[in-house]
Amino acid sequence: MYNERVMKEFAEPKNVGFIEDADGVGKVGNASCGDIMEISLKIENDVITDAKFRTFGCAAAIASSSVATQMVIGKTLDEALDIKNRDVVETLQGLPPQKIHCSVLAEEAIKKAVEDYREKKSK
Amino acid sequence: MNKIYFDHSATTPTSREVLDEMLPFFTEVYGNGSSQHFHGREAGKYIDIARRQVADAIGAKASEIYFTSGGTESDNWAIRGVLEGYKDKGKHIITTCIEHPAMIKTLDTLQKNGLAEVTFLGVDSEGFISIEELKNAIRPDTVLISVMTANNEIGTIQDIKTIGSIAKENKIIFHTDSVQAIGNVEIDVKEMNIDLLSMSAHKFYGPKGIGVLYRRNGIRLGSFMTGGEQERNMRAGTLNTPGIVGLGKAIEIAVRDMDKNNKYVSELRDYFVSQVESKIDNVYYNGTKSDKRLASNANFSFEFIEGESLLLRLDLAGISVSSGSACSSGSLEPSYVLLATGRAIELAHGSLRFSFGKNNTKEEIDYCVENLVKIVNDLRELSPLFLKKKGENKYV
Repeated sequence: MYNERVMKEFAEPKNVGFIEDADGVGKVGNASCGDIMEISLKIENDVITDAKFRTFGCAAAIASSSVATQMVIGKTLDEALDIKNRDVVETLQGLPPQKIHCSVLAEEAIKKAVEDYREKKSK
Repeated sequence: MNKIYFDHSATTPTSREVLDEMLPFFTEVYGNGSSQHFHGREAGKYIDIARRQVADAIGAKASEIYFTSGGTESDNWAIRGVLEGYKDKGKHIITTCIEHPAMIKTLDTLQKNGLAEVTFLGVDSEGFISIEELKNAIRPDTVLISVMTANNEIGTIQDIKTIGSIAKENKIIFHTDSVQAIGNVEIDVKEMNIDLLSMSAHKFYGPKGIGVLYRRNGIRLGSFMTGGEQERNMRAGTLNTPGIVGLGKAIEIAVRDMDKNNKYVSELRDYFVSQVESKIDNVYYNGTKSDKRLASNANFSFEFIEGESLLLRLDLAGISVSSGSACSSGSLEPSYVLLATGRAIELAHGSLRFSFGKNNTKEEIDYCVENLVKIVNDLRELSPLFLKKKGENKYV
């Protein structure tokens, strides 16, 4: 039910892990729904210099998080906040309808990580 | 390594012996079994032989065997037919919450439309119903008790004989969905007081698209498929001669070789289970460890990971298994069977069913375990839940 692009991303995800000295972390979803996504960011001068993810979930959730981390690296925070779930879906060349929510989680995880950074900075 | 198939509860390959038996019925003995002429009579003769083979396999009379398109149709017919045949008595049905969707969805729909009132019995942690609960659920307007012989996800085999005797004492029709059980569990409909029984040929090395509903003579059953006069006016539609002949041969072989196959397959299964339990931490065996379990079935929950990811990574390694979380089949719900046994929702999401068959080998199991260990480790490294457990995630 997944296309080859999704399966490739799922089989060999990029940026797996957790940045120990992360500047912002976003964690969304919950285990009872079957998806938890966590994205950690390294940020310098409002530019994302590194991103890593850990995901508990289906193949679509893993592929979406992998793609999302690749998309944000090198982007400014405002550019990262502009990333929509459909950009993730587009990069993956489509997701089954019942798996679209995985791309929404990816969008939310990025937003939450950026917000986490801004919140900590403003303190 | 060639592709490995560990999903025999989903379907089995049609055995060569069965296929050879079927082939002449496509091109040579092609008559319509209901026709009066030579060609029809020839086909009819072999349909009668198959009917006898099925009857002998379950201790029934040939006149009690009705051919259908498979397990789903047989289940539908049993429920709807009893509701029609006994509508003067009532519309209360007792079943279990771990039945196949062919039962549960049908009963839900009937209940929603006011055509049935259904009591769904719960199960214990190993998947067994409580006989006491069953007795307590019986009402004066109960028309049907339906309990599956063996569960498709966790393989639990119910005490069908006791349930049958309770149904008989209370003069209630007893149906059992034996789709997973035929060829794996000894069935005698008379001894077990079974009134209606569903089966499907492709689960026991027969062809797809053919099944049986056994109906004890005297049980009032409304027709479900209406039209021509086939199957003693009970099930319309041209008889699927090749399928019927294949089913007859397949059940004959399945019952003949049952002990031999069960011994071989359960040894494979037990070896697999011991390997998984010794090589992977934080795994939970779903179902019972007693012998009241299908010899072919093993079901594990792997903590911290989700079933679909596991299934697809195994698939990439050339191993076909089934995910307990129905996520893979398009729904996002975790296995209702595992939830019914009291498994936590996270564990129900992370389950896999391995169902072995007579053609599997120990080498295949070793290859699977080797890959499973690696894949489980990989996916756990990916999982925020796993690291949380290891105490490495300071943001939790």
